Amino acid sequence: MTATSVARTAALALGDDALVLSHRLGEWAGHAPVLEEEVALANIALDLLGQARILLSLVGDEDELAYLREERAFRNLQLVEQPNGDFAHTIARQLFFSTYQHLLYGRLAAGDGEFAPLAAKAVKETEYHRDHAEQWTLRLGDGTEESHARMQRAVDTLWRFTGEPFQPVEGLAEAPLVEEEWLASVTTVLERATLTVPEGPRTGAWAAGAGRQGLHTEPFGRMIAEMQHLHRSHPGATW
Amino acid sequence: MVTEQDTALEAELRRLAGTVPDPELPVLTLEELGVLRAVHVTGPGSVEVDLTPTYTGCPAIEAMSADIERILHESGGMAEVTVRTVLAPAWSTDDISDEGRRKLAEFGIAPPRTTREVSGGGPIPLSLAIRCPHCGSVDTELLSRFSSTACKALRRCVACREPFDHFKEL
Repeated sequence: MTATSVARTAALALGDDALVLSHRLGEWAGHAPVLEEEVALANIALDLLGQARILLSLVGDEDELAYLREERAFRNLQLVEQPNGDFAHTIARQLFFSTYQHLLYGRLAAGDGEFAPLAAKAVKETEYHRDHAEQWTLRLGDGTEESHARMQRAVDTLWRFTGEPFQPVEGLAEAPLVEEEWLASVTTVLERATLTVPEGPRTGAWAAGAGRQGLHTEPFGRMIAEMQHLHRSHPGATW
Repeated sequence: MVTEQDTALEAELRRLAGTVPDPELPVLTLEELGVLRAVHVTGPGSVEVDLTPTYTGCPAIEAMSADIERILHESGGMAEVTVRTVLAPAWSTDDISDEGRRKLAEFGIAPPRTTREVSGGGPIPLSLAIRCPHCGSVDTELLSRFSSTACKALRRCVACREPFDHFKEL
């Protein structure tokens, strides 16, 4: 099964989001604050990796796409490539992304496009991801003075990456349609968590471009260097 | 053309494929788990099997495929076995049979409630309590939404204090 040319652009965008965030979450292995979170983040990463494999296979060879592309050939959002930071940072990134992904997959699942079967499957998983992020946002935001300050800082720092998900993508007309719902949902969670919804712009005027156009932030190069080095150093290596 | 013999053969091959144990939960067979979607004889000695994953990223699907290929080859006498992964309609924990649910509880894993029993149809607060598979108490609490595999949540029984896995609703 391969995608039509229009859907390839969209499959690459959605597939790269899933792949890159899966890798970032995998970086927590051995470092998470408690064992249960170690397992939770790894499980979410595994769901995302499964999506990535299906989506990238619509475009071409999944291994070649993951391991042999240069930085500028990746089409993921800048949001998902942001470093893990502290746990609050990771949770804010999860809240922003999983809310977006859940709404988007919900729309795709209801349609009859090429992504409908995958979206119908994945939307049930992303509901758990979103719920996980929401519970932690409430706990950290409405927690101690320290956890509240850190959660607020994370929300403020990542806010400028939350406009990009709703930019139009060829073959993905649904993305801009979920922005209003996203903002309402995220606002509700942040307010319940006693956090302040940032007032700043959701897309930086300073930004040179967007991940969807292949323009990435500085930490991304180092992330894919680590992700790709084994495959590039030992071509054809298997377990 | 589908003949009566083909239909009988398909039923037999389906029964065989259905006896394969789940690689991660070996108390369940693939039939009880509800992941076996279709078996089609496509020619003499050639069969195609449709398998659906529980979770998108479930790593067990590759082991399941290999096990199906082996059993249909060795016990089913098929020379050529093709296992296809199908996504639609998406698998749900409602597809686990009653017998499968009984075996899960016996194995120490609280079985999923049917999604009809969960309010709102999503993984949101629960209407029907989850029973401890060790002592039977319904006084249990959630420790983590994700457990040893993506399909399970970790809970603790307030009565007997034992932690246990719950096959969460999907």
